[in-house]
Amino acid sequence: MAEAAVAMKTAAASAPLLVVKDLQAWYGESHVLHGVTFDVRPGEVVTLLGRNGAGKTTTLKSIMGILPKRKGSVTFQGKELMHAPARYVAREGIAFCPEERGIFSSLSVEENLLLPPQVKPGGMSVEQIFELFPNLKERLSSQGTKLSGGEQQMLAIGRILRTGAKMLLLDEPTEGLAPVIIQQIGATIARLKQEGFTIVLVEQNFRFASTVADRHYVVEQGRVIDMIPNAELEENIGKIEAYLGV
Amino acid sequence: MFELLGIPPQALFGQLLLGLINGSFYAILSLGLAVIFGLLNIINFAHGAQYMLGAFVAWMLLNYLGIGYWWALLLVPIAVGAFGIVLERLMISRLYHLDHLYGLLLTFGLALIIQGLLRNQYGISGLPYSIPPQLAGGQNLGFMFLPNYRGWVVVASLFVCIATWFVIEKTRLGAYLRAATENPTLVGAFGINVPRMITLTYGFGVALAAFAGVLAAPVYSVNPNMGADLIIVVFAVVVIGGMGSILGSIVTGFGLGLVEGLTKVFYPEASSVVIFVIMAIVLLVKPAGLFGRTA
Repeated sequence: MAEAAVAMKTAAASAPLLVVKDLQAWYGESHVLHGVTFDVRPGEVVTLLGRNGAGKTTTLKSIMGILPKRKGSVTFQGKELMHAPARYVAREGIAFCPEERGIFSSLSVEENLLLPPQVKPGGMSVEQIFELFPNLKERLSSQGTKLSGGEQQMLAIGRILRTGAKMLLLDEPTEGLAPVIIQQIGATIARLKQEGFTIVLVEQNFRFASTVADRHYVVEQGRVIDMIPNAELEENIGKIEAYLGV
Repeated sequence: MFELLGIPPQALFGQLLLGLINGSFYAILSLGLAVIFGLLNIINFAHGAQYMLGAFVAWMLLNYLGIGYWWALLLVPIAVGAFGIVLERLMISRLYHLDHLYGLLLTFGLALIIQGLLRNQYGISGLPYSIPPQLAGGQNLGFMFLPNYRGWVVVASLFVCIATWFVIEKTRLGAYLRAATENPTLVGAFGINVPRMITLTYGFGVALAAFAGVLAAPVYSVNPNMGADLIIVVFAVVVIGGMGSILGSIVTGFGLGLVEGLTKVFYPEASSVVIFVIMAIVLLVKPAGLFGRTA
């Protein structure tokens, strides 16, 4: 308990790693984000909660520079990334795990795992990734998309741990997975947090989010409308249920 | 001497060899088209003109600068490939956000311009390019006579095709290429410079065409129309093999060359249409092509 309190204090004391300010984004003509503002401190796990279509995925894609039409400000380690294409954002040390997982069918599991180039020193070794996800080791020569949904998710997370990026954007990593796999993903996120990774997690599964996150941002209609620290979850449970409509 | 179905072996194997030579060019050219189409989503109609340009640049190197066949085999693909890179940067790259049709029209227009300029300068009667002395002569194999140069064309094409297949299917660089063909956005989000990869891939595809052009210069006469005549057949080969399939375009290229050769022996009247008949059948039965994946 005491340890956790100290950790929280140091996290609170340090300057935010990622600051998103008044982020707006468009899909073609349709205006999807209307000013998303939030920040993430080093070593934190933060979730973006919200209903379908609230703009959570769009927020991650906009931070990553994948959406061409956007406005506002995204700073990472004090550096403005708003006008940088996705490959520069990646090279600054932000890694993205998309909702559809993005496993390449024309690549083997091993090729998928080794695909993202190293962008910073200090990434995990392949051995360490196998330690997290032993299943992958057995299936290295299989075609990437022949894996089960859970294994594909592990591969999608595993491959970005090699790159040395310390900031991970994970888009609904538990979607469509069996409870036992969700548990394994949860344990992995806790382990990554221990190792000093900073994580932004998009989730619809609020129960899962509450087991791994430090703070929750609630996204609605393209805006962040509330922030709830995980420690104050009990008092706010009614509020959250109203937001999510559960 | 024995006879096969009433055909003297000399004629049979002679035509098969010719078929294999044609197949070599089909294979290299359709391979280049497949690589370009896979990553750029552009149907490179200038491919025939770039092949012809390869033969012409080899001829110019020899006649204006005295640079012979072997250096041409190395330098011409580099020079014509660089020309392709300039085209991609200046023009083709502006069309990626538009429909396929625009890329096709642009490259078709470029082909007409390149052909027209060379026709104006050199006419259409064809320029001679002699076989390098090291490959003059031939071997009597007993059942047929094999000119050395033709044997070399088949071996060199096979080598280039297999090397290209190996790089794309078995190396790290090839994995980037395959991944970017599937999902360029995500590959970019991993920090890889996809636009540069696209440019280099186009340059490589064009260089393959130019390499085929140099190989072809001593076999066919160097002529501004040599590419336009060939490319129509090559497009049929690509359709039969399946758009974007690497192995498919190699196997289909050599295979259809042989089929064409056999047709010349057994039913010569059909030899110029047999590939198109096969194309029509493949389109009816398996529209994605023999090796194609239905998207």
